Amino acid sequence: MIKRSVFTSRTLPYLLILPQVVVTLTFFYWPAAQGLMQSVMRSDPFGQHSTFIWFSNFTALFKDPLYLKSIGITLLFSTAVAAVSISLGLFIATMANRALKAKAVVRTMLIWPYAVAPAISGILWLFLLHPSYGVVAYAIKRWFGVDWNPVLRGSDAMFMIIMASAWKEISYNFVFFIAGLQAIPKSLIEAAAIDGASPFRRFWTITVPLLSPTLFFVTVMNIIYSFFETFGVVHVMTQGGPGGATNILVYKVYQDGFIGLNLGASSSQSVVLMTLIIVITLLQFKYVEKKVQYTG
Amino acid sequence: MSVRKLFMFFAVLVAAVFLSTQVMAEPVTINWWHAMKGARGKVVDTMIKAFNDSQSDYVVVGTYKGNYDETVNAGVAAYRAKKQPHILQSFEVGTQTMMLSGAIYPVYKLMKDEGYTIDWKGYLQPVLSYYMNADGDLMSMPFNSSTPVMYYNVDLFKKAGIPMLDKEKPVTWDEMAEITAKLVKSGVKGGLTFGWQSWTQVENYSAMHNIPFASKANGYEGLDCELLINNLTVVNHIAMLKDWMKDGRFFYGGQKFQGPTAEFAAQNAGVYIDSVSQIAKMQATVKDFQWDVAPMPVEAWMTEPQNSIIGGASLWVFKGHNKEDYKGVAAFLKHLATPEMQVYWHRETGYFPITLAAYEQLKKEGYYKEFPYQEVGIKQLTRRDPTKISRGLRLGYFIQIRNIINEELELVWNGTKTPQEAMDSAVKRSNQQLREFEKIYK
Repeated sequence: MIKRSVFTSRTLPYLLILPQVVVTLTFFYWPAAQGLMQSVMRSDPFGQHSTFIWFSNFTALFKDPLYLKSIGITLLFSTAVAAVSISLGLFIATMANRALKAKAVVRTMLIWPYAVAPAISGILWLFLLHPSYGVVAYAIKRWFGVDWNPVLRGSDAMFMIIMASAWKEISYNFVFFIAGLQAIPKSLIEAAAIDGASPFRRFWTITVPLLSPTLFFVTVMNIIYSFFETFGVVHVMTQGGPGGATNILVYKVYQDGFIGLNLGASSSQSVVLMTLIIVITLLQFKYVEKKVQYTG
Repeated sequence: MSVRKLFMFFAVLVAAVFLSTQVMAEPVTINWWHAMKGARGKVVDTMIKAFNDSQSDYVVVGTYKGNYDETVNAGVAAYRAKKQPHILQSFEVGTQTMMLSGAIYPVYKLMKDEGYTIDWKGYLQPVLSYYMNADGDLMSMPFNSSTPVMYYNVDLFKKAGIPMLDKEKPVTWDEMAEITAKLVKSGVKGGLTFGWQSWTQVENYSAMHNIPFASKANGYEGLDCELLINNLTVVNHIAMLKDWMKDGRFFYGGQKFQGPTAEFAAQNAGVYIDSVSQIAKMQATVKDFQWDVAPMPVEAWMTEPQNSIIGGASLWVFKGHNKEDYKGVAAFLKHLATPEMQVYWHRETGYFPITLAAYEQLKKEGYYKEFPYQEVGIKQLTRRDPTKISRGLRLGYFIQIRNIINEELELVWNGTKTPQEAMDSAVKRSNQQLREFEKIYK
């Protein structure tokens, strides 16, 4: 017989969740509410002149060709980051799953980059790729004759921030993929091998479908990461330049709000981003939570 | 017995009251939030210590709040929470926002209220004029001020057979075309590069040639001003630089200073335009070649070039403190402007001394004989009295406008737009920002 403790007090549960509720309200809901309020106001930074202007900030935003361009840039950037980090993460995980000796060491080493903050990752990559003082930049210009110049050319700059952002996310994806791969029953793959399926075919028809919940989860996480956390990378490496070519949405919020002190415009941009993240999270709950099997 | 007890009680009470008034006579604390770190931060600390040691009524506490953006944001947040410091250092592009904020106590008024009669004529006028309102009243105390100058690599000049440049008379852009061509011919990777392109190539270029940057006297005389940088002179200047990119006479090294400085230090560029405040860094880092400083080039038709304009930051006094505190603030601002402090500041950081007295003293000490390149900027800044056009810029959302100019220039450098298209677009986009800003204060 299981021993149960029964608490009859009706207030106790509320009391127990109170600390968490207080923290959430003060640090999440209150700022979010302030952001919402600010997004329908036109005001100076010191809050001395504020006028309520309905949705003018939003209409101005979507009429601004540069904001629309920024949306395009963000989509391109996050798709590329997700694609690069997922494919490389999966590739490395498959390799590491096979390696027998030193498996633990390889895994541990591969997880390390995840501990690096995005800004630091940006600085590291900048030391490699900056056209004036980058080591790798020097090498590719000197030996391969590539006219590498992310300070001047938007596509080079974009490539640079994609690399720096994807690099550290590879480790994150790797962890999930290796866990996913280990959960796939060996017998299935062996049976397919006996039937004469090539390693590549076994991978596509058995491993990938069985890995799909992980894949979906990782995709969502990667997109959220590339939308928000890559701020540090952009801030350190390109500051949104050259010519606005790497001005992703979250960086624009910072530039308009924090640097430019235009609170209305940047709040309305935050609200757009907030809506976006709510949609992504809902999608994740709707589809991923259903498919992921929790065992053990 | 009871009478004695009562007596004791009163004695203790009197003692307590006396002691507590002793506590209350503690010096008044004055908070100063600034953006000076590293070597500059140490210089600031020394200046504060000199003030604190010189009297016992006030204690100034200096706090480093991050870079300029972070410091201004900290000030804004603090003011909204009614926890503002007494003094806030804010960069020059934020001048209009601070001035209209309604949160500040104008410096000219503070000094007058506290009974200081200051001869503002004894200050470097192009520095003061940047922080004055349309009536000529000083709104904030200039602190760190610089101006762009031209650095050049003496060794590379010698190798290319180019004579050294004069420290007072600027070369013309036509001469620059020849100089950079010679440099490239002699095997240097690039001729010219520059940092802070909006500040050095558009704002200062316009001021020195006495071309309005914006209408309404560069925004001093009204929020309804508009940018005018799509004029032919500026566009031609940009077009010339773009043309130089073809053969490497000019190459772009980035918006701020890091890239261009690295190129100059690596001897990839023979000439480099940037702030005078880079001098200290050059002295410390450049070891393998000789360099020198010359004034910024001007167009050949400009026989009497105007003063260049400043960059840097000034000190703003916040409203909402006690009268007693403001006495201390005024005393401290006065202290910062003394010749001793200004001489020390200039020697250590390369930023300008803000008073003529300090400048004269440095001359007398033979400082400029020892470091002649330190005087190039100050001479360029003071070569003529500022006009309504060369005294400075007063624009709302100036940070965004600089960003826009930077973006559009980059689109010229990478061949996406022609100079005229880019400048037209910069004007159009900036005017939208100016209109947005204007609406706030209506």
